[in-house]
Amino acid sequence: MNTPRALHCQFPLGRPLGRPQDPDFQHAVLAAGLALLQRAEGPVLEDYPETIESAGEAPLACPLPPRYDPNLHPAVDEVQALRGAYDRAVERTGRTSVGRVVGPDGMADAVAAIVKISEGSAWNDAGLPGDPIQTVHDIRSYYEELGVELSDGPPAPWAAERWFYDVTEAGRAVIAARRAMKDAKAPFPLWFYMAPGGRT
Amino acid sequence: MTDTMTDTMTDNDAAMRQHAASTPVPEFDDPAFTLPKPLAQAKVAIVTSAAIHVAGDTGWAPNADPHFKVLDDRARDLHLSHFSPNFDRSGFHSDINVVYPVDRLHELADRGVIGSVAPRHYAFAGNQDDTVSGIRLDSGPSAAKLMLEDGVDVVLLTPV
Repeated sequence: MNTPRALHCQFPLGRPLGRPQDPDFQHAVLAAGLALLQRAEGPVLEDYPETIESAGEAPLACPLPPRYDPNLHPAVDEVQALRGAYDRAVERTGRTSVGRVVGPDGMADAVAAIVKISEGSAWNDAGLPGDPIQTVHDIRSYYEELGVELSDGPPAPWAAERWFYDVTEAGRAVIAARRAMKDAKAPFPLWFYMAPGGRT
Repeated sequence: MTDTMTDTMTDNDAAMRQHAASTPVPEFDDPAFTLPKPLAQAKVAIVTSAAIHVAGDTGWAPNADPHFKVLDDRARDLHLSHFSPNFDRSGFHSDINVVYPVDRLHELADRGVIGSVAPRHYAFAGNQDDTVSGIRLDSGPSAAKLMLEDGVDVVLLTPV
């Protein structure tokens, strides 16, 4: 594309400045990018000398609450039990990416709808608060924000995603619902974008 | 562990790089290139394609939505609403500066490395059509006009 000045950084997607909670690292990346302004001729494309790999990171080491209400599906029980942690996360950071189609008060019902889809209900008859992609965005954001709050230190790349989809009951329900929608020949984008494309 | 904990999943970044490498991009015969004033005198703005907006604002349409949001430099109650699930979001949850380095810019201004930080920054959604024509021909120039009004000299573009 011949952008005027570009610094190519091989960092995990979602982390263009490299490392969260590491101002020194971020400043080093910024310095390298701003240094390109001194080039008198362009276009300029340079590689940042340090690479951050993301493959092989373990899921967040994040405790999950014990079962509380045996009359609820485990995923619904879990999301309700984690509300306090989510609220603390929002209070501490002052922000949340939850709310595209459902807020924290509707999260249990949203997860219940995902469970229904995983158990065979049609996606458009399960009571989702919005389309599946937007709903899962909110559920995943709810979990990842509280997961970051509950774990120690800055999260490793993709560790929160792995924790959500592979460890939590809600994330596992999303994967099961995604498979069910695929098998029922739901429109491709609606099930595919419920999880990263690398998940088959 | 489930059957989804495979090397295929953990290489999501590699899969996305491969996908991006095969995406056609427009070619420009005469790309813009200028020499800005010295950085220590320059006013710097952030333009991000991470689809960030302030709490209470609406987001973007699912695909090829070229509009932009104006982010007040003081805003920190920010949502990351990019449509794609194919990137790690926990970095932003943990520290907005890993995507939107607004506090880092203020530190650079305090140190005299840059002249000042712009009063407004801009967010677009990075999932556009292959020609990016909506942004190139319409919303991009509109955002640039606002930046010129603010006296912006340098733009820091961050993807997600």
